[in-house]
Amino acid sequence: MLDLILQQTINAVALGGTYALLALGLAIVFSIMGMINFAHGELMTISGYTLMYCGLAGVPFVISAPLAILAAAGAAVMMERVAFRPVRNASAATMLVTSFAVAAILQILFQNLIAKRSKPVMIPDVLSESIAFGDFLIGINKLLAIATTIAMLLFLNWFLKRTDVGIAMRAAAEDFPIAQLMGVQANAVIAGAFALSGMLAGVAAVLWVSQRASVDPLMGFVPVLKAFIAAILGGLGSLTGAVAGGFMLGFIEIYLTAFLPEHLLEFKEPIGLGIVVLMLLWRPNGLIPAAAIGSQKV
Amino acid sequence: MLKVSGLKVAYGAVEAVRGVDLDVEQGELVALLGANGAGKSSTLNALVGLSPLKAGRIEFLSEDIAKLPTEVLVRRGITLSPEGRRIFASLSVAENLRLGAYGRAERDQLDEAYDQVFALFPILKERETQLAGTLSGGQQQMLAIGRALMIGPKLLLLDEPSLGLAPQIVETIFELISALRDRGITILMVEQNVAMSLDIVDRGYVMAGGEIVAAGSAQELKASNVVENAYLGTG
Repeated sequence: MLDLILQQTINAVALGGTYALLALGLAIVFSIMGMINFAHGELMTISGYTLMYCGLAGVPFVISAPLAILAAAGAAVMMERVAFRPVRNASAATMLVTSFAVAAILQILFQNLIAKRSKPVMIPDVLSESIAFGDFLIGINKLLAIATTIAMLLFLNWFLKRTDVGIAMRAAAEDFPIAQLMGVQANAVIAGAFALSGMLAGVAAVLWVSQRASVDPLMGFVPVLKAFIAAILGGLGSLTGAVAGGFMLGFIEIYLTAFLPEHLLEFKEPIGLGIVVLMLLWRPNGLIPAAAIGSQKV
Repeated sequence: MLKVSGLKVAYGAVEAVRGVDLDVEQGELVALLGANGAGKSSTLNALVGLSPLKAGRIEFLSEDIAKLPTEVLVRRGITLSPEGRRIFASLSVAENLRLGAYGRAERDQLDEAYDQVFALFPILKERETQLAGTLSGGQQQMLAIGRALMIGPKLLLLDEPSLGLAPQIVETIFELISALRDRGITILMVEQNVAMSLDIVDRGYVMAGGEIVAAGSAQELKASNVVENAYLGTG
């Protein structure tokens, strides 16, 4: 029993970490622009297809993975430049609908230009192997996911606290006009936020695909929906909250799958969401709410 | 140094400033006085592009800056310590100051800028790692002014530096403002505390209903009753 708990905890940390990275990407953009980017999932899909094409071209995984992350970051910056900059000062609803439109357009492009169905992605064999720790086995892909999540969280913490651009992003999230008064360029800081969120989506996509070895046009939809739930659960706009919400959701899902009695298993999604709703009833602003909800946005 | 003419600010259909002319010479400390809602803050904010400018010309160092965005103005040497302080509460004191220097091109002068601010406000040095939101009101005001000084401004705009502070702290802040002028920083400030302002400024403008209703040296304004009238709404 203890082994099983330990095993499932590792699975939960691996899955929760991926949710946390995605939720962080949503939260970074939201905290600065006041917009939920529903096209975040399509950034993941772009990463997935980059991995697929690299695999077909025989590019080794150690090179294709950074390329896939770069592709998502680049796509995020382009998305901002083309679609979101023109509606930057519009209402939250306008921005939200714009992001839905971007997501829909990209999904249709994937379906028509690449493939309607799921395509296999070549993943190095070593990722599907396991390492034995005493009595139980841990998948290398799980270890990779956990290690990558930790590395990304440390990087992000360093970036936001130690670099000028990172500090400017936090300031812009709190009071955009005053950040501009300090000389922070709106375009630069918003483009930076998108690049960062795209990078996080790219990393999450590499981890996601390396567990599943396939990519389809709607690949990003479900994980980003989960990440959105995680971001709300953690406290929308709060970065620490996004991480907490991501891990929490990972734990809820994995533990329910592992420990629910068999006849209840098909209800695991509604039960999981029910737990989320209960937690939100208990803490309506999320686990770790953002300091300045509803502060002035650009 | 600063020459404003025909400045108008409008929020939608509401005109808050209706044609203001004022100028500030190099090295001067000038006050913009008037009752609540006279349009003082709107005027100051318009100078740095933070309130919607409807018409007018703003000349700074003989250049028209009226259409320049806020983020560029600070690089020209004009900055504002805003009303209500608006420090970044979730950032540390040191991070607030670091942001103050964000637009500063001469990165080698940063240490000097920190030293200067810490010399003026030793308490900020003590509280360097503390979150700015946890400072007292007076300390937050010092941080707001210190943050504005980090850029090495040629013209410093101060919006209600004494608002909401205890009387003793107000005195300290006013002493600091005249110390800044003595260091050669040109200052235009908006204040509600008329008596104390007139004790330290060179000149003053009095606003009412979005217009300048009186102007003159500190002595002239002290001697006349235009300021009182402006506050009572009879000017």
